[in-house]
Amino acid sequence: MAETSGTAHAEGQQHPISTYFKVWGLLFVLSAASYAVDYFHVESYLRWTLILVFMMAKAGLIVAVFMHMRWERLALLYAITLPPVLVLVFVFLMTFEADYTFLTRGLFFSS
Amino acid sequence: MTQSTMTESGPTPSPSALSRPDGMTGFVADWGSDQRAFKNVPWGKAMMWIFLLSDTFIFSCFLLSYMTVRMSTTVPWPNPSEVFALSFGGEPIPLILIAIMTFILISSSGTMAMAVMFGYKRDRKTTAILMIVTALFGASFVGMQAFEWTKLIVDEGVRPWGNPMGAAQFGSTFFMITGFHGFHVSIGVIFLFIVARKVWRGDFDRAVPGFFTSRKGNYEIVEIMGLYWHFVDLVWVFIFAVFYLW
Repeated sequence: MAETSGTAHAEGQQHPISTYFKVWGLLFVLSAASYAVDYFHVESYLRWTLILVFMMAKAGLIVAVFMHMRWERLALLYAITLPPVLVLVFVFLMTFEADYTFLTRGLFFSS
Repeated sequence: MTQSTMTESGPTPSPSALSRPDGMTGFVADWGSDQRAFKNVPWGKAMMWIFLLSDTFIFSCFLLSYMTVRMSTTVPWPNPSEVFALSFGGEPIPLILIAIMTFILISSSGTMAMAVMFGYKRDRKTTAILMIVTALFGASFVGMQAFEWTKLIVDEGVRPWGNPMGAAQFGSTFFMITGFHGFHVSIGVIFLFIVARKVWRGDFDRAVPGFFTSRKGNYEIVEIMGLYWHFVDLVWVFIFAVFYLW
């Protein structure tokens, strides 16, 4: 395994066309599924779980196969994929900020 | 080991490249080595990835500020499922235009991925045709977006500072996020046509210097162009999920 993947890109990224068709089909199915979540009015936590799972699955497929990340060396993979993970800290912070703003608005605008 | 110069093409694998360690050991070794961390990646591709990383942060900031204003508003948010519904004579179908746009963008990503593959196979004609198909998908996406914007502005009265359906922040975040994404798609369409023309003429086979940088291109340009295009699709995945389906 260690010997092959280091030399696989000597002539650029070349993978069988069936790989792309499979991923294309999967992306279609996942998009249709997330549209169905809205169409059939799935609500609350189930809705959110499904939407986020389909979103991450689609994003993962695009990055891994279409953008060839799964065939790259880890040095590039980590340099590109780890920094966006830190955005989650930002999401966490802004959730608190938004809740706080919502609360104070409720207190001051209602009276 | 000979240090490869900063030319257009990637480093040709030297004998030492064959014994390069893989996995976590390889990750540490690549980053701990002199001068080059990205060993078998052409510089243009590494730079495109880093540009896309910075673009990721821009779109993250947009989507985060959208999340913040939507969570903190006390006014009801307009229901995207109804706002973006479209009726073809009968009952309005929720989000149908957005769903069609999503499928179009995914299809364009599929044709682009195949264009990259045929590019490395030196199949000029197929590569160029697939890239033009990709560009046409992209152009139709922008066209539908223009239609959507027109419908929202003219028929529904949505403005960046307010709308008749609810929270004023709906308009500002909508125009900002989809506008910036549509701008990315438009730029991508233009560059797809430029690169497709180069492929068609065989510029990458004869290593013709580019008109702007005078560097000799090769088929890695097609892959780099593809990275940008897939990124546009990737951003849409997130916009579709958090803006339209929330």
